[in-house]
Amino acid sequence: MLEARGLVKRFGAFEAVRGVDFAIARGESFGFLGPNGAGKTSTMRMASAVSRPSAGSLSIFGLDPREHGPEIRGRIGVVPQDDSLELELSVRLNIEMYGRYFDLPRRVLRERADELLEFARLSERADSKVDDLSGGMKRRLTIARALVNRPELLILDEPTTGLDPQARHLLWERLYRLKREGVTLIITTHYMDEAEQLCDRLVVMDNGTIVAEGAPRELIERHSSREVVELRFGTDAHEQMHDVLAPYAERVEVLPDRVLLYVHDGDDALRAVHGAGLVPVSALVRRSSLEDVFLRLTGRTLVD
Amino acid sequence: MTAIEPRLGWARWRRSWWYHAVFYAQTWRGSVVSSVLFPVFYLASMGVGVGHLVAHHHGLVEGQSYLHYIAPSLLATTTFQLGEGESLWPVLASVKWIRVYHAAAATPLEPHDILYGKLSWVVTRSFATGVVYSAIIAAFGAVQSWWGLTLPLIGALITLAFAAPLTAYAARVESDASFTMIYRFAFVPMFLFSATFYPISAYPGYLRPVIQLVPLYHGVALVRAAAFGQGSPLALLAHVVVLGAIALAGIAWGRVTLRRRLVD
Repeated sequence: MLEARGLVKRFGAFEAVRGVDFAIARGESFGFLGPNGAGKTSTMRMASAVSRPSAGSLSIFGLDPREHGPEIRGRIGVVPQDDSLELELSVRLNIEMYGRYFDLPRRVLRERADELLEFARLSERADSKVDDLSGGMKRRLTIARALVNRPELLILDEPTTGLDPQARHLLWERLYRLKREGVTLIITTHYMDEAEQLCDRLVVMDNGTIVAEGAPRELIERHSSREVVELRFGTDAHEQMHDVLAPYAERVEVLPDRVLLYVHDGDDALRAVHGAGLVPVSALVRRSSLEDVFLRLTGRTLVD
Repeated sequence: MTAIEPRLGWARWRRSWWYHAVFYAQTWRGSVVSSVLFPVFYLASMGVGVGHLVAHHHGLVEGQSYLHYIAPSLLATTTFQLGEGESLWPVLASVKWIRVYHAAAATPLEPHDILYGKLSWVVTRSFATGVVYSAIIAAFGAVQSWWGLTLPLIGALITLAFAAPLTAYAARVESDASFTMIYRFAFVPMFLFSATFYPISAYPGYLRPVIQLVPLYHGVALVRAAAFGQGSPLALLAHVVVLGAIALAGIAWGRVTLRRRLVD
């Protein structure tokens, strides 16, 4: 339903997106994972038929956004990074007024607002001023607003940034529901747990390019080991530990505050480390995550 | 959820006009009362009070009592203030602080739809304000010609001549730092020196061409001419052309700056 080839976005001399290719199928939930400044938002803005590509080709619903922008946008819902809600107005009016942009009749809007308030668990706050809502509620309202035109494709830019864990889980649960209902989702995030939770397939972006693509598990299997041992030693010792620990792992990654051992079996590896007389201040065995994939591919951590 | 047929419809900008209208309907409280009380107080104070002094010293101003002379200019200054007041800060807020124009740009609306919707709404408000003000001005006896019926239209033109270029400008700046300067060094002098409170003949000859460069001067001249049914058709046409040209240039500029801001 969406296909991009050699997509480029330039701002003056700066190239934010440097020729990316991706294709998203109907009903899929597709993620863009990468640190801030990787070009995710610029890619999203092109995918939502708002911003024009500087080069490359893009087709959404089989249409060219350069010629059919309004028509395409009528079938898309967008949840921007900043909520951009009318703070002075009520929750319900924010949905109804946005629906006017899609030329929906008032009767339909009233019904839909009821439905969406229910969906966003905001029915009781329908008449509250948006200014008085919590961050999680505003986010849910922004999603409800984006659904007012019953979009086939919902694009979410950093949907849970800045939310507390409880608010995040409620939001994820709502997004699952949409996915079950057949809405295609595009999600950008710099949280690997979010990408693992929500995305069927994702691309890892860095520096305006796509550095890897696949299902979350597939990416982890391809680019990382099964388990990871995280070791902390004294403050300055980490740099020197690389060679000492190399024999005990498939790969050793030294970060400023810890050393990561990429291994098949974490407990075995940890035993071997202890057996060699090495005494870390703390040790943790965990499964590999997308964070490790990102570290492997770019040499940097996702969230600094 | 099932897909619906997207409705493209005619003239998408009217959806943005509706949005502004609903927004105003939610937030107007207070502004209507003041828009009736202010002109009454103003005319009572300036016209009756200062007018008494003028009558004492000079008698009539261009054949009119001072109250009648300044009453129409109130419509010009009010519609001017409506135009600038709806443009600088509200527009910067919409493109930068609360970003509701960005939200609108993600719908079928194009940036120029957002622009036309906004400007047409401001013009609508100006026209409505013009009707009320014209009635008040007439009640004070200052509307002396059937041309007075065009006062709300002239008011709308004045509003557009300010709202269009200022909206265009506000859509391209990154902060409101310059706005205060514009107020201090453009709006306030314009309000005071556009032959608002006395005829342009009160200025020395060499200053008059300068005053004629001020956009609001043309608005003041037009409302006065319409209220009194005076003035040469050619001069009046010139005033209309000046204001119309500023409005059109502002719209053209706004199409560029809003597109750049919202879409690029």
